[in-house]
Amino acid sequence: MPLDRRKFLNLLLGFGGIGGILAVFYPIISFLIPPRSAEPVVNSVKAGLNAEFPANSSKIIKFGRQPVILIKTEDNQLKALSASCTHLDCIVQYRNDTKQILCACHNGIYDLSGRNISGPPPRPLEEYQVKVIKDEIVITKAG
Amino acid sequence: MIKNIGSKLIYWIDERYDLTPVRNLLEHKKVPAHRHSVWYYMGGVTLFLFLVQLLTGILLLLYYRPGEESAYESVRFIVTEVKFGWLIRNVHSWSANLLVLFAFIHMFSVFFTKAYEKPRELTWITGFIILILTLAFGFSGYLLPWNELAYFATKVGTDIVGVVPIIGEPLKIFLRGGDEVTGATLSRFFGIHVAILPAIFSVLLGLHLLFIQRQGMHEPAHFKNLPEEKKKYISFFPDFALKDLLLWVVVFNILIFLALYFPWELGNKADAFASAPEGIKPEWYFMFMFQSLKLLPAHILFFEGELLGVLFFGIAGFVWMLVPYMKVKHRTNWKIQPLTIIGILIAAFIVIMTAIGYLL
Repeated sequence: MPLDRRKFLNLLLGFGGIGGILAVFYPIISFLIPPRSAEPVVNSVKAGLNAEFPANSSKIIKFGRQPVILIKTEDNQLKALSASCTHLDCIVQYRNDTKQILCACHNGIYDLSGRNISGPPPRPLEEYQVKVIKDEIVITKAG
Repeated sequence: MIKNIGSKLIYWIDERYDLTPVRNLLEHKKVPAHRHSVWYYMGGVTLFLFLVQLLTGILLLLYYRPGEESAYESVRFIVTEVKFGWLIRNVHSWSANLLVLFAFIHMFSVFFTKAYEKPRELTWITGFIILILTLAFGFSGYLLPWNELAYFATKVGTDIVGVVPIIGEPLKIFLRGGDEVTGATLSRFFGIHVAILPAIFSVLLGLHLLFIQRQGMHEPAHFKNLPEEKKKYISFFPDFALKDLLLWVVVFNILIFLALYFPWELGNKADAFASAPEGIKPEWYFMFMFQSLKLLPAHILFFEGELLGVLFFGIAGFVWMLVPYMKVKHRTNWKIQPLTIIGILIAAFIVIMTAIGYLL
């Protein structure tokens, strides 16, 4: 089939037009997607002196960009767990009256080993290793 | 003297742009008068509150500084240092809440009077999208003071988006401007709140109002079936417009009363490394969804409870938007029609879940 001039020009304009639209939208869409910033690799963090950390209390530690909850139980055992609730990402807290971990956003409850025992959380909290080196508490990623 | 100048001005414009269509609209538009007429005013009140938002929002913009290190401080500056800053912020917060409330009332009144039926399908659909945008306005604006409550509400809200299969995770990263809720999220929400949403909102609101002007007021069935001589109308201008104005003044006074006597707290500054405070709650208009998600078990069959919850609300919202196209058989022997029963159940669900959220 011979390609007449009008058809040829329409095709050229059509493809050119689509190309033009793509050339406008591609950079805009790409701009909207946030760039991945390199996350510093953190393997361990120091979390203060053991002697200064009272029993039956907790604190939130920065582990790189992740919050980790460090708990000292009544019998002076140290536990470190991811502080991000597995339900919807709120930061959990230690309840020194019930000896449980609570997420106040949707009443999710974990036991002291991070197991999800009631409420909406679907998974347990990730566990971190805790060591005490010369009375300094050091948290490291398990595994 | 003023009247003279006024009529000269109108003549000047009329001579050049022909104001006949406007004159026709003002002279001929009429509003049915019947026992459900009160619902005609709800859209107008919503519009009025939107205008209040626009004005107070622009004012706040003059002092607000987005950013992790400046947002909270600038809002504190507005409410403590700027003259009447507290008033402007309180009015903006209260008006936002009333706006959502009246938008819901407006929507349900349109639903129950069946005003969405042919030929007003697009008025309903644009209205529904406007309501979703209003909620998005509320959600994005809530983060801007960068306080604890806002921080966790945003964490939860954006995480909920993330549970949707396939598109959820990229959408969450897009909204947060990264993996976590950070200053990048704040910048993004600020841009969304003050530029993107207003732009889309204005277009849809314009269409919504245009459709209403083109088609005139809806007449409910009980009114339409009356013999012509029994149908009562009032003129849109000036009768209805003045009544509208009176209601706007009443709502404005309620708004000022609330802003004066129930100031909006600023709370503590957001901290990415602090536990979520107890008793954390979303804005009341998200409460019914929040409460439903809270009541769902962690797993339902093979799915995570929250995923099913989120999908349910998404699909329910979409179906609700398409209500004008739903063909439900009219049952002559039923006192209340099936669709009305569904509407009542939905309204009851929202009210009960909200109440449970606050009482439990």
